[in-house]
Amino acid sequence: MSSGFSLFVILGTLGSLIVFTLLLLMNRKVSNPGQTTGHEYDGIEEYDNPLPAWWFWGFLLSIVFALGYLIYYPGLGNFKGLSGWTSAGQLAQQQADADERFGPIFAQYRAIPVEELATIPAAMRMGQRLFATNCAQCHGSAGTGAYGFPNLTDGEWQWGQSVEQVQATLQNGRVAVMPAWNGVLDAYGIRDVTEYVMQISGRDAIAEQATAGQAQFAQLCAACHGADGKGQPMLGAPDLTNDRWLYGGSREQISDVLRHGRNGRMPGFSDRLDEDRLHILNAYVRSLSSQ
Amino acid sequence: MNDLIEKNLGLLIALAIVAISFGGAVEIIPLMSQRHVQEPMEGLKPYSPLVLEGRDIYIREGCNNCHSQKIRPLRAEVERYGHYSVSGEMTYDHPHLWGSKRTGPDLARVGGLYSDDWHFAHLMDPRSVVPGSNMPAYPWLFSNELNLDVTPRKLRALQRIGVPYSDEDIANATQGLEGVTEAEALVAFLQELGTLITERR
Repeated sequence: MSSGFSLFVILGTLGSLIVFTLLLLMNRKVSNPGQTTGHEYDGIEEYDNPLPAWWFWGFLLSIVFALGYLIYYPGLGNFKGLSGWTSAGQLAQQQADADERFGPIFAQYRAIPVEELATIPAAMRMGQRLFATNCAQCHGSAGTGAYGFPNLTDGEWQWGQSVEQVQATLQNGRVAVMPAWNGVLDAYGIRDVTEYVMQISGRDAIAEQATAGQAQFAQLCAACHGADGKGQPMLGAPDLTNDRWLYGGSREQISDVLRHGRNGRMPGFSDRLDEDRLHILNAYVRSLSSQ
Repeated sequence: MNDLIEKNLGLLIALAIVAISFGGAVEIIPLMSQRHVQEPMEGLKPYSPLVLEGRDIYIREGCNNCHSQKIRPLRAEVERYGHYSVSGEMTYDHPHLWGSKRTGPDLARVGGLYSDDWHFAHLMDPRSVVPGSNMPAYPWLFSNELNLDVTPRKLRALQRIGVPYSDEDIANATQGLEGVTEAEALVAFLQELGTLITERR
């Protein structure tokens, strides 16, 4: 703040305090105690009494408080106040206090391997809070997911369930790359591959079409989903042979995925959560499917 | 003097305004001269036409009635939402969308927090991804296309009040926006919110 504006603030603030004080003192005495003010409204008259003592002293006290406040806290232009208080400084202090209080707990859990951490109820309660704040919006508060967002409780791990794989998912996020086959497969091709996927997931399928689809599958889909359709976590290609479907398992839904592709995206959390928290979250997320 | 003021309504109003404006004058006017309020943060760019249109849809639908866009420097907020908001991030915001009510969460740093797919699912039917949500659904955003008639004039208006759009930006404002839905523009806006500061804690 320029010194001119600083002066403006100081004069404005102190000036109004002084004016209020003078106004207050000017109204301390009344000219005709015990008489009415001479106003009359609908037969109601008003005595010309001084301000109540509690009110007068209360006002004066609040002005004294204001002066003390302006000396201790920054309020007068560029004057920082004796306390040197800033909102950013207060935040830093709060964070330092929190680090001091929770740091040892995080450090203690950090030293415990993820597998073992899942057996410590206190750590898992922390994990649940972290999950509710950061993950529940997509994966649901119970981790059961939604259409297009993986269920974490069903034992199916699109990107792998090892500690390292989950850690990588949490830190860096994932982007699925199911291509759109619209231009490659014609309507019959889409139909045939759909039938084949229906077949390998153990449902009724039209055998003739499925057989035709199998050839296409081997050519186009097997690279990621594997020749047997069991998927590859390293590529984020889901297992197609079970009854778990991220985008629905009906014929129409499978055809739609084939036609348009899917690019599900998990955001990375490395710049939102520190490693201590990710460590606990890792254990919590992995524990979801074993409950 | 009491008599004089009490019996002249005009004078009473004028003096009351003078008395009240001391606080405002002292708090607001000096801010206009402060550099950290006036100057954009390093790397801050004006909103692209797509994002700007999305922002106007955010305003039209009243999102700011339930979502604030301002993270206060308090530990609980910084833990949940990320780095507190700073004025240099919002130099080109006209009007500001800080808001003061949080029926839903603060959105100042929602950019990149969820995938585009999540936003689309959530705007179409919030309950499909957040079962307990009481946010209304906005299905019409998916069938409405952007109205591009006034986009260049919006940019021109912002240019006049100091947002650094070039004349070329304005001439090309509607390029590539034909047929873009309102939902896409809104999500583009949401994905940009608060992404200038990446430090989360």
